[in-house]
Amino acid sequence: MDILSLFVVIPVLTITAILFLKDARHVRLVSAFGMGLQLVLAAILVYLYLSARHSGNIAEMLFVKDYLWYKSLNIHYAVGVDGISVAMIALTSLVVFAGIFASWEVEFLKKEFFISLILLASGVFGFFISIDLFTMFLFYELAVIPMYLLIGIWGSGPKEYSAMKLTLMLMGGSALLLVGLLGIYFNSSPNGGQLTFNILEISKVAIPLPAQRLFFPLTFVGFGVLGALFPFHTWSPDGHASAPTAVSMLHAGVLMKLGGYGAFRVAIFLMPEAAQELSWIFIILTSISVVYGAFGAIAQKDLKYINAYSSVSHCGLVLFAVLMMNKTAMNGAILQMISHGLMTALFFALIGMLYGRTHTRMINEMGGLMKVIPFLSVCYVIAGLASLGLPGLSGFVAEMTIFVGAFQHPELFYRIVTILAVSSIVITAVYILRVVATLLLGPTTNEHHNHITDAKWFEKISVVTLIGAVAAIGLAPFWLSTMIGTSLQPIVNKIIALNPF
Amino acid sequence: MSLGTIFVMRHELLLIAAALLVLMAEIFVNPDKRRYISLFSVSLFGVITLIGFIPSPTGSLFGGMYVTSNTILLMKNVLNIGALLVFIQSVTWLKKEENSEKISEYFILLISTLVGMNFMISAGHFLMFYIGIELATIPIAALAAFDRYKNKSAEAGIKLILSSALSSGILLYGLSLIYGTTGTLYFNEVAALFGNNNLQILAFIFFFAGMAFKISIVPFHLWTADVYEGSPVNITSYLSVISKGAAVFILIILLFSVFPEIIATWQKTIYVTAVLTMTIGNLFAIRQQNITRFLAFSSISQAGYILLGFIGGNQLGMASVIYYVLVYIFSNLGAFGVVIAISNSKGRENIEDYNGLYHTNPKLSLIMTLALFSLAGIPPVAGFFGKFFLFTAAAQKGFYLLVLIAVLNTIISLFYYLLVIKAMFINKGENPIEKFRSDFPTRFALGICVAGIVVTGFASILFEVIRNLSFGV
Repeated sequence: MDILSLFVVIPVLTITAILFLKDARHVRLVSAFGMGLQLVLAAILVYLYLSARHSGNIAEMLFVKDYLWYKSLNIHYAVGVDGISVAMIALTSLVVFAGIFASWEVEFLKKEFFISLILLASGVFGFFISIDLFTMFLFYELAVIPMYLLIGIWGSGPKEYSAMKLTLMLMGGSALLLVGLLGIYFNSSPNGGQLTFNILEISKVAIPLPAQRLFFPLTFVGFGVLGALFPFHTWSPDGHASAPTAVSMLHAGVLMKLGGYGAFRVAIFLMPEAAQELSWIFIILTSISVVYGAFGAIAQKDLKYINAYSSVSHCGLVLFAVLMMNKTAMNGAILQMISHGLMTALFFALIGMLYGRTHTRMINEMGGLMKVIPFLSVCYVIAGLASLGLPGLSGFVAEMTIFVGAFQHPELFYRIVTILAVSSIVITAVYILRVVATLLLGPTTNEHHNHITDAKWFEKISVVTLIGAVAAIGLAPFWLSTMIGTSLQPIVNKIIALNPF
Repeated sequence: MSLGTIFVMRHELLLIAAALLVLMAEIFVNPDKRRYISLFSVSLFGVITLIGFIPSPTGSLFGGMYVTSNTILLMKNVLNIGALLVFIQSVTWLKKEENSEKISEYFILLISTLVGMNFMISAGHFLMFYIGIELATIPIAALAAFDRYKNKSAEAGIKLILSSALSSGILLYGLSLIYGTTGTLYFNEVAALFGNNNLQILAFIFFFAGMAFKISIVPFHLWTADVYEGSPVNITSYLSVISKGAAVFILIILLFSVFPEIIATWQKTIYVTAVLTMTIGNLFAIRQQNITRFLAFSSISQAGYILLGFIGGNQLGMASVIYYVLVYIFSNLGAFGVVIAISNSKGRENIEDYNGLYHTNPKLSLIMTLALFSLAGIPPVAGFFGKFFLFTAAAQKGFYLLVLIAVLNTIISLFYYLLVIKAMFINKGENPIEKFRSDFPTRFALGICVAGIVVTGFASILFEVIRNLSFGV
């Protein structure tokens, strides 16, 4: 058993354990133990990865394991990680761990809830460790499906509608993706020879340009749907608003990153020529995502909707940066994925906790909460500041890198859209500060809220884990940035080789 | 021909022997011990299914009228597995008072349809093929009308017999044109003489239309829903899985080995019918309230996906078709198994009745969910792999647009499968189906289906075996 497969095996074992648990009271303990183990494992992985790199191992992917699965189609179960995937795995295990604690008080069908949640997580982990397009796709779909039940059963508001909309739109994305992947597969060996799904092997051959032109948009849009690419983002506000807390956390925090990661690892890495040719179309779309998402957030009154739109904006920024196709911007994109993942998970966790106390998510029905629940309020302020890019927290590092990288692009068009995208920072500040002002500061407006209690111990675990990570990245971004940067190098080299600038 | 070579027909001989034994049992068994006939028939058939897997000689008989190869043996074994599951699922239903007189009829009729299908698949001559089709169809009409005091069942029987008579007529007309233009009905001779002249294309179109009736491909599907709804649920599941699977098998064999010359023509035909079948089957399935009708329309759209394996004319295509039929047997019989269990013990067959099923019968709803996910093609269950291979086979020959249409159709299908899942898990039932425990045969059959759904995808060896036995144009 290799270390990477453990990331899938542990969730599966946890699910099995929950399944056979007689006493429903122990479900959350078992889940927390399993996901805690996963977190430890992620820390070990980061350590092993860094020490391997330190000792001069410069292979593109480390810990590669490859088992032949379907011989005739050359489908493998192949896993391997580089710095980017290690970072994403660490992010995922943090968010899942926090998510378990944020859903400590779920009572309705408790077993089923945690099973679905962990199943979702195992899909995400599997996606990040895969280097074979088939297994990657398998895990991708595996991560999407439990969402339906999670939102439909444990959600709030128009949950059935939202769950259906989200599932169908995401599966629609995966439909495009499937065709794109098949196209890549059948062009993976233009000179004859064995076709392959292996990303590393495909990256060594040049897929013919006509095929790239056809399959790049399919693949990019396929992943883009999950990354909330305009105009396919509409599932996100409804889905996030209706989902239970932990699911919003996982979904906005991690699942949307599958989109960005896939767009980058599969669409752009394997088909760089077409990506360069067509990037302008998608840059326009992502710029719209960035700006429109931010404006959308201003107009909302429901805390979850505000965050959902803000996620559209921030995830748009990820795709935007990836499309700039230079090292700095891409580095920023990965940082942004991680930073946004942590920050938005923190937001959704806090919103869930507020909602559990005040039973409302409308900002105008709350006010002055800082005096009543100082701990949660301060955490909310921290999350907000991270979101608007305050130096010292992770958001600043990521956005700064993205915009510096994007502005490096020599063409005027790219610089103009960069300036437009930068404007989103200001808009973000508007909606974040407005929420902080009405929600937390000033006198208490609703006397029902005078006697609510502050965070309980499990909530504190959830929140502090995330804040710790946000601050760690903000204060010492270099180790992460270097880890990503070295792994980006081969990818960037491949892109620069065809169009140096 | 020595006596030894007759064992080339081992599958058929065993089935005929089984039918005769059941008949003898009916004659000699004391009337109040009739209920043991079910047990006897099912275990007999189980043994036959197992024997089917023992390697057997291949070759041809009767001057080439009957041929068999390892591919064909594989197809027969796949059908046997499915039929065995249907047999086991019927046991509970046959225990009912009104069926107690008819147990042996049920098994004899079912076995004879299976004999017909085996002869059809093994045919080396269009006449044998036609006899096989008729033998496979006529007893089913009797079975569809098995609840003969129910109007709907009688209606289903007559509809089935009339529409299949019509389709046989069309098929025969096609065959007569084939004979008229080539002067022979032997498959290998027809293959050599078949070309692109207009009369032969016409012959092919008639032939295809006749087959399309059997597989219920749009626009020849209209009989399906009424027959499926009216027949006893066991027969519906048999019709939608085994009959359809057998017809699919023979169609792909004929297309690949008898009509390879006109591949360009049948690719167009299949392109259009596949798109129509998937889309119309799906759109109609959305509106259904009755769960068997719902599964009927979903099985129409499934036939559309299966056509994607045909279109490339490649080895991968045939492999994926056989594999998908196997997966489809487990998935669809899993879904039908749940419907049968509920219909047997509670007599309720509407989707609304499933509201809140998870809270009263969690295991049944989980099996249903697994089966529906498999039908929709959601990983990690077998249906995902089946669909993936079908789509890969079509993409291999460059039919990317068709694959895209098919995948978008799976989204539509996911919508209505999710409606059932929503009913079971999310909706609050005012009058939910009470908790009940189904009896051993039902649970056993469902267990096999679940194992099949879960294991078939991961056990790549199955697909590899199937692929090695498949062939392309």
